[in-house]
Amino acid sequence: MVIKQKAMAGTMESSDCLVYVEPAADLQVEVSSVVMVQFGAAIKKATLDTLAELGIKQGFIKIQDRGALDCVVKARVETAVRRSEKEVQNA
Amino acid sequence: MRRTMLFLPGNTPNIIINADVLGADSVILDLEDAVSPDQKDAARILVRNALKYMNFGSCEIIVRINPLSSGMWKEDLDEIIPLRPSVIMPTKVSASYDVEHIAAYITEVEKKAAIPEGSTQIMPLIETARGVENAFHIAEADKRVCAVFIGCEDLTADLRCVRTKTGTEVFYARSRVVCAARAAGIEAYDTPFTDINDKEGLRKDAEFAKGLGYTGKACISPRQVDIVNEVFSPSDADIEYARLVFKVIAEAKAQGRGAVSLKGKMIDKPIVDRAAFVLEMAKALGKGGADHE
Repeated sequence: MVIKQKAMAGTMESSDCLVYVEPAADLQVEVSSVVMVQFGAAIKKATLDTLAELGIKQGFIKIQDRGALDCVVKARVETAVRRSEKEVQNA
Repeated sequence: MRRTMLFLPGNTPNIIINADVLGADSVILDLEDAVSPDQKDAARILVRNALKYMNFGSCEIIVRINPLSSGMWKEDLDEIIPLRPSVIMPTKVSASYDVEHIAAYITEVEKKAAIPEGSTQIMPLIETARGVENAFHIAEADKRVCAVFIGCEDLTADLRCVRTKTGTEVFYARSRVVCAARAAGIEAYDTPFTDINDKEGLRKDAEFAKGLGYTGKACISPRQVDIVNEVFSPSDADIEYARLVFKVIAEAKAQGRGAVSLKGKMIDKPIVDRAAFVLEMAKALGKGGADHE
């Protein structure tokens, strides 16, 4: 998969996260979280693992976390990436 | 045991992550009405990940998919079936071929995912007038069908009548669906009571459904779970009576007597069957063993 266009997934509600993706020349992941000190690294790892599973090597990914579990972070990242592809296909 | 089936919106992480602590025997992770059309993709992936990574303990997981007419049900099954939910709940099932169609596709997905064929059960949601009239055929349509569930909100819209708390307008439909399920040898589950603030109304509605023969009832709020569980559980008096039934049968056998009575009533097969069911429930609820075994 390739991040072809700007896309978003998730919410800013408790236990969720908002994921924004857009095309970029390299891979950049930016995380902000209400539990940054305790779980910032884990959120970044869950994001990078998901991107690797999807074959993403380039793109800017911004995660605004509100206490999401790993499985939620992974779901929102995957949804944003898939939307990024779909929106171009539909254009 | 499935006294309560609690609906949880499929795109709401803060509710899904607590699914196993809300007290329901089953939760229905909803990909249909509780998810807005532009969030169907997100809900599908979230529910799939929840099934993949979370442990729901003894709480059974049912996934409600989008209707056949929506064009989204195959995508739902593609994502969800490989993660092996116990039950798939197709919506607006109106005829046996709806079930056959879904069952055939589930078989395809199971084969692709290399999971045991037939391991995913189906609980059709009957919520149209046509579905009510075809309830027996739906219940017998496929060996995957473990139960039927009546949904009276959409049904009353289809019947062009107003849904009331007394439920007079759906009395026929509820009776017909439970009778069809029993005739097919499967369970039947009752529609939710939609006023989450009316606890007494909920209790009456659940007691009425139990009186008709329903096995359990769907809930739309965690606040409804305790009452519905209580209604569909055997009372201490029920359990005591069931134990007495088997005690007097054992005593009669020991004395070589054929006919058995208890408190002036003849103990015949239906009473024994009911007592056995009560003791099975009691065992499942940790209220003592099934003494008749």
